[in-house]
Amino acid sequence: MPNFGYTISSDRQIDYDSNDRRIARYLAEHEPSFLVCFACGTCTATCSAGVFTTFSLRELIGNIKRGEIRNIATEAEKCMLCGKCQLACPRGVNTRNVILNIQRALEACGL
Amino acid sequence: MTFDLFVLPFFLGLNILVVILVVKYSRWIKGFEPADRERFRNGIFSWKSLDAAGEVFMESLLHRKMFRRNVLLGYMHMSFALGWFLLIVCGNLESRIYSKVHLNPPYYPIFLKFFVADEHVLRHELLSIPGFFRLMMDVFLLLVLSGLVLALVKRASSHWFGLKKTTRHTFFDRLAITTLWLIFPLRLLAESFTAAHYHGGSFLTNNFGDLLNSFLPAEQLSYPAWWAYSLALGGFFVSLPYSRFMHIPTEVMLIFLRHYGIKPTLHFNHYSNFEIQSCPKCGVCIDACPVHTNAHEDGIPPAYFLRTLKDNNPCISSTYNCLLCGRCEAYCPVGININALRVSQRIRYAKNLNGSFSYLKPSKIPTAEVAYFAGCMTHLTPSIKIAMEKILTTAAVDYQFIDRDGSVCCGRPLWMAGKEKQARELMDHNKKLIESTKCKTLILSCPICLKIFREEYGLNIEMLHHSQYILRLVREKKIDLKKEDLQVAFHDPCELGRGSGIFEEPRQLIRQMATLVAASEEKEMSICCGGSLGSTGISCYQRDEVSQLTLETLTANNPEAIITACPLCKKTLQKDSPVEVLDISEMVIGKLVDKEVFKRDLIYQEENL
Repeated sequence: MPNFGYTISSDRQIDYDSNDRRIARYLAEHEPSFLVCFACGTCTATCSAGVFTTFSLRELIGNIKRGEIRNIATEAEKCMLCGKCQLACPRGVNTRNVILNIQRALEACGL
Repeated sequence: MTFDLFVLPFFLGLNILVVILVVKYSRWIKGFEPADRERFRNGIFSWKSLDAAGEVFMESLLHRKMFRRNVLLGYMHMSFALGWFLLIVCGNLESRIYSKVHLNPPYYPIFLKFFVADEHVLRHELLSIPGFFRLMMDVFLLLVLSGLVLALVKRASSHWFGLKKTTRHTFFDRLAITTLWLIFPLRLLAESFTAAHYHGGSFLTNNFGDLLNSFLPAEQLSYPAWWAYSLALGGFFVSLPYSRFMHIPTEVMLIFLRHYGIKPTLHFNHYSNFEIQSCPKCGVCIDACPVHTNAHEDGIPPAYFLRTLKDNNPCISSTYNCLLCGRCEAYCPVGININALRVSQRIRYAKNLNGSFSYLKPSKIPTAEVAYFAGCMTHLTPSIKIAMEKILTTAAVDYQFIDRDGSVCCGRPLWMAGKEKQARELMDHNKKLIESTKCKTLILSCPICLKIFREEYGLNIEMLHHSQYILRLVREKKIDLKKEDLQVAFHDPCELGRGSGIFEEPRQLIRQMATLVAASEEKEMSICCGGSLGSTGISCYQRDEVSQLTLETLTANNPEAIITACPLCKKTLQKDSPVEVLDISEMVIGKLVDKEVFKRDLIYQEENL
């Protein structure tokens, strides 16, 4: 196939039937404040780890809610638990507990 | 006569207790780290044991710390402990007068009045040695009984004893406390019934015996009363190891172990067993815990948390929802390291939780005499780092701002969450960064950083909180501060005050600039702002409840501003505070005397005079 200098983006359609919502359900049960996140991105803007790497709590929560949990283990590991996002969050999400519970959920689901 | 069947419940109970204690303690001591076992062996026959015995007398018998908390509470504990101890000692000495052998069986002194009731030696006058002992035994019995009366009053209205809430009891606690409360009235009855016939007692038992004899068949009742007394003793001894009264022997052991230099570690070990079993569940910590009293979170006070450890029934909420503010430690009369125990449990839970900071690339900072590390929380409250830079520039300090372009967390939040390995990764990164500056002094704005830098980083340099460093600059006349007519209250951040023992420097600095008014709870007793990173579990609403309580204590004397020395405290308190909340560094830049302007003003004033 001739190279035209661009590619076709992969399909971004969200298929709830094939996506894995187990982590989201675990979080909703163990840290319900996770549900009130409205993805404003303040957490990501203030993130200590975000200065050094492409870690984004906003993206992480969004992916979990959609059930796209392929990379979340390696992403959640980047958090330093410093707590800035928790103070900045306008919705009062218990962000540090969200991170810990993502890891607990992965363990509980055997992922 | 030196034996009767009724001594058996007591004698068997005592033997069972001793066997259980010896087995438990020797198993725990055997499980110590080799270095701690060595300390234990070296300590036993050294002067440290004498020191420890002194402390045992002051704390386990006199209950000095309990007296400081509340006089009635102290007296109640002292009368039981000291009174019973003196009864045992005095009873032993007294029994030697009557026995013909040197070594009496342990039940002989306990039931002495029964065994020697009909001996004519009992009829000595008061001014003889046996008479003196009879008097003392009655005095000590009365001492214990007065404590028992107070214990009953405490049951009805604990607020007189400085306790709003008391602990909930388990089955074994109830069994032990019932038998304990029965022991001394039964002893009084048994001795009085016997004294009614033989007059072998003193002012208490003789007269009480006569009184009982006037309407009861004392002679027939005395033998059953001795049986009941023995049964109560035996019942108490058997239930003791499974109840909260296990603290009585264990606290004594703990005091000795501490004097031998054995310290709690990050991980739960056999020394921790001594600590958790030393908790008397006195309940002093319940009122001390702001998460319990104001955020209505159950199971947080150590009296309950330690019970989950004793029962080997771990509870994730009581492990994680605690703020680790350390106020309960300041209150605890036994001095148990509760925060260390709580973190040791978090480590258990977090052992499979990962963390990887391979994205952090090593870098270098130019050398300087002084290094400044702001920390994450200071970056979130930039006014503090701006203030610090202004102060350091004004004082012409040769410094390097280590984390100007973004902070790597100090590791303390991960440490408190039980993720020790991950915390060490961050600590190594920061340590290399600081070592590259070859600085002699490190200034930290955040007490959370300060605590872990001092305790775990192992940096061989001076580490100061900015309040300490600014005070030094003022004393060395590198900056001048003007004092204004302003009334302020100081909030002690947990990690700075209780955590690092820095109470006075910030206060001295504030006194250079304003009048300090007292808060209703301060220094060791201060309450957490509610923002502590020690808890991951509690919600933002519960944190707000704690903040409200703290603000009430801080504004008790109507200050015009609240000064704190921690960016996190400032951020948390200012949300709901009725008055302005400032970090101490921000206050300093408002009161800096610019020397040039000051000189100009002075010349101007002189010219105009």
